[in-house]
Amino acid sequence: MSAVVSLEDVHKSFGALKVLNGVSFDVRKGQVVAIIGRSGSGKSTALRCINRLETIDHGRIEVCGHVVSDERVDLNRLRRDIGIVFQSYNLFPHLTVEENISLGPRHAKGMPLAEARRITAEVLSRVGLLDKLHAYPEQLSGGQQQRVAIARSLAMSPQVMLFDEVTSALDPHLTGEVLRVIEQLAAGGMTMILVTHEMAFARKVADVVIYMHEGRVWETGAAALLSSPATSELQQFVGVTL
Amino acid sequence: MGGAFNVNHFNFMLTGAVWTVGLSLIAFAGGGLLGFAIALARVSRNRLLRWPATVYVQLVQGTPLLIVMFLCYFGLAMLGLNLPAIVAAGLSMTIYVGAYAGEIWRGCIQSVPRTQWEAAECLALRRWQRMRLVILPQAARIATPPTVGFMVQVVKNTSLASIVGFVELTRAGQIVNNSIVAPLLVYMLVAGIYFALCFPLSWWSRKLEVRLNFAHRRQPDLAFAPA
Repeated sequence: MSAVVSLEDVHKSFGALKVLNGVSFDVRKGQVVAIIGRSGSGKSTALRCINRLETIDHGRIEVCGHVVSDERVDLNRLRRDIGIVFQSYNLFPHLTVEENISLGPRHAKGMPLAEARRITAEVLSRVGLLDKLHAYPEQLSGGQQQRVAIARSLAMSPQVMLFDEVTSALDPHLTGEVLRVIEQLAAGGMTMILVTHEMAFARKVADVVIYMHEGRVWETGAAALLSSPATSELQQFVGVTL
Repeated sequence: MGGAFNVNHFNFMLTGAVWTVGLSLIAFAGGGLLGFAIALARVSRNRLLRWPATVYVQLVQGTPLLIVMFLCYFGLAMLGLNLPAIVAAGLSMTIYVGAYAGEIWRGCIQSVPRTQWEAAECLALRRWQRMRLVILPQAARIATPPTVGFMVQVVKNTSLASIVGFVELTRAGQIVNNSIVAPLLVYMLVAGIYFALCFPLSWWSRKLEVRLNFAHRRQPDLAFAPA
């Protein structure tokens, strides 16, 4: 099977700070990839480069046939194929849950209202929040807001979904409800890249675990990697987290 | 007129007050439109829009409104463009309000968190859609209290139009005083009428600010709700 997402020797600096130092990996269709590593290891930056929220200095990134590293890439078409969910949800506070979710389908895809509403109801029931259709984000708990953010992303029917530490702002109870939704998506065959600090969860849902350290892919392999690290860095990292 | 202060004097001043309100409305409308364009140009990615808007704001902010009035009324006349006082005053106020309101609104647009832009961008919305559907409705809410507060300044600054002979409230007061020479009474009345015009605006501005800061309730914004 061919790669849906592919990074080749990606370099990225913020001023003098080298954040990505030759990152390469492939994600195949239907795979769930967990990127783990310390703060500052470059994992979130790598994720943001994949949908071009950040540009790269060197290397090549391709997603669903879009050459992301090419300056002339059609960003709007790229973003229809990639969904992203952020740590801080980033829902639109002035819109209801329904308006938040239907905004993309209606205005980016030009879908008729009735169709957009049908899709909104469908994705919202997938995250178990159909009763919150007319609520405003501030009336929801953090976990509910994050599930709405996932639904908002799903409504665009992306080929790949990126999750950037989506449970880091939540308490353990709320984390559980969000992780269950992600697990369902994984079971449904969605291609996903998760930047996460939840080791137990990575072990459970990820097909591939990528350990990033100092802007490089330090170790990669099946989830079993976490139980038998090859490098002392990963050993130390897993030791600290568990 | 002449003699003691009478009801005719008072009516004359009220007529002046009507023109003060009229000039203020011209300033709100003209300056509001210009200010909106300036704010958008100032946050544009296009240098050809951003630069002229920046120069314009700097020029107007660095020039007394009184001098702008002189230029519009006496200056343009030298070039053969004899504007009536109301037009010259309206034009000056528009130029002035456009620059200041533009700066207030630019700040409001830029105070909407970057992450809101990012989230909208990731939904494949085009730049103008992001602005119209996501950023401007939030910026409008932030902008309301400072804008209403600024309107108070605008009403008071219309008094400068008296210098170019436009008979608004201040000029009407001067004319009455020249005739009966009772400055304390006349200018107390002028001040009282200005206060009556401005106080409701200040009060509204304070109320809006309190509502924005404390209650934090969000209601659907009809003006910008997605169609």
